[in-house]
Amino acid sequence: MELNILWFWIIAAMFIGYFVLDGFDFGVGMSLPFLGKDDTDRRVLINTIGPVWDLNETWVIVAGASLFAAFPEWYATMFSGFYLALLLILLALIARGVSFEYRHQRPELKWKKSFDTMIVVGSAVPALLWGVAFGNVVRGVPLDADFNYIGSFFDLLNPYALLAGLTTLLLFFTHGVIFVSTKTEGDIRVRARSLAIKSGLVTIVVAASFLVWTTLAYGTLASGILAAVAAVALITAYLANLRGNERTAFGLMAVTIGFAVLTLFASLFPDVMPASNDVANSLTIENASSTPYTLQVMSWTALIAAPVILGYQGWTYWVFRKRIGRSHIEAAVH
Amino acid sequence: MNEWLDPLLLSRWQFGLTTVYHFLFVPLTIGLVTTVAIFQTAWYRTDKAKYLQLTHFFGKIFLINFAMGVVTGIVQEFQFGMNWSDYSRFVGDVFGAPLAFEGITAFFLEATFIGLWIFGWDKLPKGLHLATIWLTTVGSIASAYFIIAANAFMQNPVAYQINEVKGRAELTSIGELLTNPIAIAAFPHTIFACFMVSAGLIISVAAWHLSRNQHLETMRPALKFGLWMMVIAGALTTLMGDQLSLAMVQAQPMKMAAAEAMYHTATGANASFSIFTLGTPDGVSELFSIRIPYLLSFLSTHTFDGTVEGINNLQEQYVQLYGPGDYAPIIWVTYWSFRWMIGLGIAHILVAVAGLWFTRKGKSPQTWMWKIAIWSFPMSLLAMSVGWVFTEMGRQPWLVFGLLKTADGVSPNVSGLEILISLIAFTLLYGALAVVEFRLILKAVQKGPDDAPVPDPVSGEIKHTTTVY
Repeated sequence: MELNILWFWIIAAMFIGYFVLDGFDFGVGMSLPFLGKDDTDRRVLINTIGPVWDLNETWVIVAGASLFAAFPEWYATMFSGFYLALLLILLALIARGVSFEYRHQRPELKWKKSFDTMIVVGSAVPALLWGVAFGNVVRGVPLDADFNYIGSFFDLLNPYALLAGLTTLLLFFTHGVIFVSTKTEGDIRVRARSLAIKSGLVTIVVAASFLVWTTLAYGTLASGILAAVAAVALITAYLANLRGNERTAFGLMAVTIGFAVLTLFASLFPDVMPASNDVANSLTIENASSTPYTLQVMSWTALIAAPVILGYQGWTYWVFRKRIGRSHIEAAVH
Repeated sequence: MNEWLDPLLLSRWQFGLTTVYHFLFVPLTIGLVTTVAIFQTAWYRTDKAKYLQLTHFFGKIFLINFAMGVVTGIVQEFQFGMNWSDYSRFVGDVFGAPLAFEGITAFFLEATFIGLWIFGWDKLPKGLHLATIWLTTVGSIASAYFIIAANAFMQNPVAYQINEVKGRAELTSIGELLTNPIAIAAFPHTIFACFMVSAGLIISVAAWHLSRNQHLETMRPALKFGLWMMVIAGALTTLMGDQLSLAMVQAQPMKMAAAEAMYHTATGANASFSIFTLGTPDGVSELFSIRIPYLLSFLSTHTFDGTVEGINNLQEQYVQLYGPGDYAPIIWVTYWSFRWMIGLGIAHILVAVAGLWFTRKGKSPQTWMWKIAIWSFPMSLLAMSVGWVFTEMGRQPWLVFGLLKTADGVSPNVSGLEILISLIAFTLLYGALAVVEFRLILKAVQKGPDDAPVPDPVSGEIKHTTTVY
């Protein structure tokens, strides 16, 4: 296999890692107004992701850096082309990250509430805009002969991309709420499960429409099969949650997100950023990639590092496997 | 109006602002995580409560600071592509690899184990929990190496060939890229400077409490630790800075000439180092200056009869090599940032040596001495910042020395208005967060360490409470 093909799928894998992991962080953040009745509830919610949000978020940094190294032209075109969208994502991620660390530093409720708002907004904005960004990548954007994006910010807000954004927003929301039900105990766990039953229905309708649109407009046979797997996983996740199998539901949500990302990448392949105006200006795995030597160096690094990284990250989740309830928050010092 | 919307100028301001800001948090992260790991190790080995108190106390300050370093770091990873897409296209094959290594090997390690450290006090065995802070330290120091190796390529491009068809630089040897002489010299210089910043914080904090005669049992050992750390790290920073300037003269002679505002090539005694120049440092009208003969020759070549090339001579060479253009950086910036970096660095070492002398055998210094010591932290951060300003402004007009000018690296399709919007947004958000962070750190510092934990009467072990956000 050519290394640029391998790296196309490694990039896909990194975004799967990012969306599956930070996806439930976004969901937990967005669930604060729905599940957090009082400050203790909200602290329970935040502490379900407390030890891991930073490592989850790091996946996007690694994905971005790997994109830069493996497909510099793709990185350059996408990041300069989606300038304002990425600016909003950055501002949101900054606001969200400091809020986790700062909201408990002072006891005043007003202080905490302003950081809660930043967590909600800081989670919803990236959950929406990552979908919009990838929707546009799959749909194709106008590029000039030097592969520079020549549309405007508002061209990115087309119906297909907005539906993609709504899909990621809802997928992450439900994913996060189900995560809460697997990580908490007592009343909040029950309420999370029933919220996921409600949001799950909307998610199924929106995500299914998006997958159908993707398959019909941009898909291949392979991407169609992947989309079908994603859809089946989503419905099964919903049924599992309905029966109270929270952990199964959570695992199936992760499968759904993974296969949804695979659907998008399979629709793209072998393009990485198709040009909507002129096929000759499209970025492909051929003309966007680094040299075989660089890819070879990167492949060895990834090969050696991946088991180690997955090992210690998995172990971290195991260390913090216990459920959290109001009593834990009340017993803690601050 | 259009002048204000120049994408190049705005992108440069944005990169400068966000990077200098990010690098206020990074040195403290690198220095403090190491310090906290040392305190925790001391507690692990001696079981003395004061070391655990210091671990928690400086650990708290570290975490307030760490959050800012993390979130402002994402901006760094994105803005090469956002604002400097032509640069990204040109260097991605070379420059991307160390960034990816940084993410894969260092950032994951740091981000995972810091979570385990913060929340693992009551969940992990003592020894394993100690290992988590050391792995965080390894991650943060490793990340510094990779980013400095990437930066070194911009200062002194190595291990590449130019692909004319693709119009880009392509990597020829990863080993050579990671052993760039500039990286080899700049990495220890930067890391030891990070330790100086951390030492500066410890000195400031301890001096503040000790001048109020409070928390003596923890702050006395903290002060002593901070002072020794400053002296040792200061000496090593100086030594490595000397190595770096030797490597710099080889790779970027113009930067050294600009650091000294030296327009004409000089040899031996004439290659003097001016400590201070009154008048315009453009060399046209010098009113008064304090000069040390031979010093510049020594700094540049380690000999007293070396020749140091001047700006005008280099300018002529570069015009022949690269075509017409101005190849000198902004001289007053390089001249003064170089002096402030060195001057503040030396001042810190002197303050620390004086501190050790005046606190020997439990002596108590005068009130005014504490007041000076309290300035250690902000001044060491300033030294760090001006050092980087010198390094990066001294590289101008090049983005990658000799290969790509800054003006040619900017994204051609991002409008001045878009960059103005982002510049304003970053400035406002960063400004607000700076105020919040400063207040939180001040509050944590002024509160001082918590009381010594009481061990369980039966087992003699200290019971750690669960940490929650």
